Amino acid sequence: MTPYIPHTAHEREQMLKAIGVASIEELFSSIPKELHLKGELPIAAGLSEEEVFQHLKELANLNQRKVSFLGMGSYERIIPAAVQSIASLPAFVTAYTPYQGEISQGLLQAIFEYQSMICNLTSLDVANASLYDGHTAASEAAIIMLASKRKSTTILVSETLHPFTLEVLKTWAFGTETIIKIIPEKERTFSTDDIEEYLTGEVAGLIVQSPNRYGFIEDYTGLAEKVHANNALLTISSDPLSLVFQKSQGEWGGDIAIGDTQPLGLVSAFGGPSCGYIAVSEALMRKIPGRVVGETVDRDGERAFVLTLQAREQHIKRGRATSNICSNQALAALTTAIYIALVGEAGMVEVANQSYDKAHYLANKLQTIEGVELNNSAPFWCEFPLTFTSPEVLEKALKALSKAGIFGGVRLYPLTHREEDKATMVVAVTEKRTIKELNLYYETVKGVVA
Amino acid sequence: MKRKLLFELSQEGRRGYKFPASDVPSCEKLPQHLQRQTSPILPELSELDVVRHYSALASLSFGVDLGAYPLGSCTMKYNPKLHNYVAALEGFANIHPLQDEKSVQGALEVIYKTTESLSAITGMAWGTLQPLAGAHGEYVGLKIIRAYHTSRGEDHRNKVIVPISAHGTNPASASMVGYSIVEVATNAKGLVDIEALKELLDDDIAAIMLTNPNTLGLFEEDIAEIATLVHGCGALLYYDGANLNAVLGISRPGDMGFDVVHLNLHKTFATPHGGGGPGSGPVLVKEALRPYLPTPDVVLTEEGYCWDWDRELSIGKVSGFWGNFLVYLKAYAYILTMGREGLKEASIHALLNANYMLSRLRGHFNVPYQERCMHEFVISVHDFKERYGVSALDFAKALQDYGYHPPTVYFPLIVSEALMFEPTESESKETLDGLIEALIELGELAKTDGDRLKEAPLTRPIKRIDEARAAKNPILRWKPKE
Repeated sequence: MTPYIPHTAHEREQMLKAIGVASIEELFSSIPKELHLKGELPIAAGLSEEEVFQHLKELANLNQRKVSFLGMGSYERIIPAAVQSIASLPAFVTAYTPYQGEISQGLLQAIFEYQSMICNLTSLDVANASLYDGHTAASEAAIIMLASKRKSTTILVSETLHPFTLEVLKTWAFGTETIIKIIPEKERTFSTDDIEEYLTGEVAGLIVQSPNRYGFIEDYTGLAEKVHANNALLTISSDPLSLVFQKSQGEWGGDIAIGDTQPLGLVSAFGGPSCGYIAVSEALMRKIPGRVVGETVDRDGERAFVLTLQAREQHIKRGRATSNICSNQALAALTTAIYIALVGEAGMVEVANQSYDKAHYLANKLQTIEGVELNNSAPFWCEFPLTFTSPEVLEKALKALSKAGIFGGVRLYPLTHREEDKATMVVAVTEKRTIKELNLYYETVKGVVA
Repeated sequence: MKRKLLFELSQEGRRGYKFPASDVPSCEKLPQHLQRQTSPILPELSELDVVRHYSALASLSFGVDLGAYPLGSCTMKYNPKLHNYVAALEGFANIHPLQDEKSVQGALEVIYKTTESLSAITGMAWGTLQPLAGAHGEYVGLKIIRAYHTSRGEDHRNKVIVPISAHGTNPASASMVGYSIVEVATNAKGLVDIEALKELLDDDIAAIMLTNPNTLGLFEEDIAEIATLVHGCGALLYYDGANLNAVLGISRPGDMGFDVVHLNLHKTFATPHGGGGPGSGPVLVKEALRPYLPTPDVVLTEEGYCWDWDRELSIGKVSGFWGNFLVYLKAYAYILTMGREGLKEASIHALLNANYMLSRLRGHFNVPYQERCMHEFVISVHDFKERYGVSALDFAKALQDYGYHPPTVYFPLIVSEALMFEPTESESKETLDGLIEALIELGELAKTDGDRLKEAPLTRPIKRIDEARAAKNPILRWKPKE
């Protein structure tokens, strides 16, 4: 018997007697005989805690760790020790969705604080308790935009969105009446120049991303006005850490802000859990998907928090809900809130600036190497594309970097399948990298290319 | 006990963390018009401020670690501590999703073996771990069904059948995939009404979504016949795995005739629910549906584990990377620990606990539909409401005063004033006895002093919450004072 099941043989007897059955088997007698599993499940026998731990430790050790310049949606950043320590408190970890407010006030308040932080960062009015990740958040934004304009069928998306965001959107649109129309990039950024041509009557809205898939900061001057003139909505996806550095979604006049909070206190974790965020303007409040915590009072008139606006949700509206989302990424959202509480605006600005300075230090050095090209069409923050003379040289550089103990970057081609990306990788530099590591990176690439 | 908001605790200039000083020269930043214009206004606190704040909030919350949490259909079983240690291992926690395959062989093995184990446990051919929660799994499963019908030239199938007792996510997911929803009635025994189902089955039906055991905690004993009927009209059978904890090692969805299964690892496989997530909602399918699974798949080759993106018929990606890795890693640890006999033991004891509670509560409360139950059951306090004005919500709130988390209330929708209990196998007999006695006592109290229940809870940090006010006058964020 596993230690996770407390029953003694004596208790089992007593319980069966109370139920009025002679054997355990009688408890599942409502399952027709022919549907009973013959024999045992075809999996291994159970192991002790120690055996499981050792086995999984061996598997963990098969995964390599190196000085990482990998980004494109997941970043290795400095995480204060207190973050994980607080996020591990059992009352947070082992709770369900706080349906019962009186017994879950702490959790509800923590979510309310998270929502407030997201509103403040994005300069928008209403945030929900979280979505799955920054990529699925794009489909949720698309749903809001379509629901906001009658007879609209089309969502415009910039080609500079993360390649996986585009794929998730395509999957979502498959089999429905929604059309996803991709606006081609210009020199690796979104251009507002021809946007009016795309803004036709059936367009519900536009999704853009900054920093974009390559790391470039995009310029949305005048964009919101043009989109709104067409009765369409503007969604901007951003790394939330970048929002202390670049203009926020609300400041650009965007209606919906989305992104992924992984850079704010979450480990890379092979891509998950991360945490999608969404914030919208006041006008879209009742169209926001998922859980939302609101402030109210209890019977004594004291401040209290509770899940609210539930008339939007699937357990009430069923087939007519704003979304099917039920479980979200609550503990990851809480982790992000703890990170923000610890580092504050000053800490986030420090991280954003250091990332900028370090990325530019490395980029400027790499730029001096002949045969290595930086696309400098737009300003970038902490991530930039690096192009070699051929895919073979790229591979040589990655191999040499790996030998020097460095994961050099993310190859672009396997994600985009575009010929022009074959010799390009995207390099991410965070505050965690040191000048020594940056110099080693430069020397190694120089050694290969020269 | 009241607790200030983080923002109200903030002191200008206070710091909670020191980053290493920069070791590179500072350089010119973005052009002015691309820079943030206004301060985001975030709290400024010391490390201890933050620690004390969240410790206080934790003390105002409730989890499985603190007491019984018999929330029906949520399977709030114990979350073994080993799992946290495993998930914290550097080689799992700090690996990047886009590392080369050769550098993440351990992680790929976890994905491969977890998929393999879940397929074996459910009796399916293969699956995907990419869905990030149960409802996301439903969405993915239905997308697969849609792709299957489309590739067979049966695009006209545009309806999905769900029982009226189904989880709300079922119709919501079906509608997200572009299906219209047809509800099938429940018969007097609380099971799918086969005659009603026959009427609905024709060639515009894409699938029927069922939970088995259903949300009343009853096994759909006609499932084999249902499968024959559904397949006979060319539609597919979808299994909502929310209630799988009733049948581990006893009966498998694949053997019942289901074509697509989603699981909730944060229910059946003991991963913590985290106050609302992250969960994990793997989808498992029969061989005929395997080509439609999301990309990428993990395959085992002579060179080790590899990503396989080459799937012409795949529905494509459904989330950013490879799913909630640290969550299904915990589920994998659970499967390794429990093994084939342990999983069956879990279900057997889940059944034992639920039936024990039910047998002791019968006579004190109205139990619609059932003699016995599987892993969960539903009682109705409709009579109490009629006679004494005491509702299911009042019972739920009053139970908090006894130190228990309330059960699920007002669900399933076919039972008036429903209280739905799922004790899980984790709870001991004496814990259940305590819970049962509390309920019986409340039943008596409702008759003599109903106001006591209507006023509840009295022992929590706050009194009964005004939920209507929250929805009518939404305050959804803290705002700085003007």
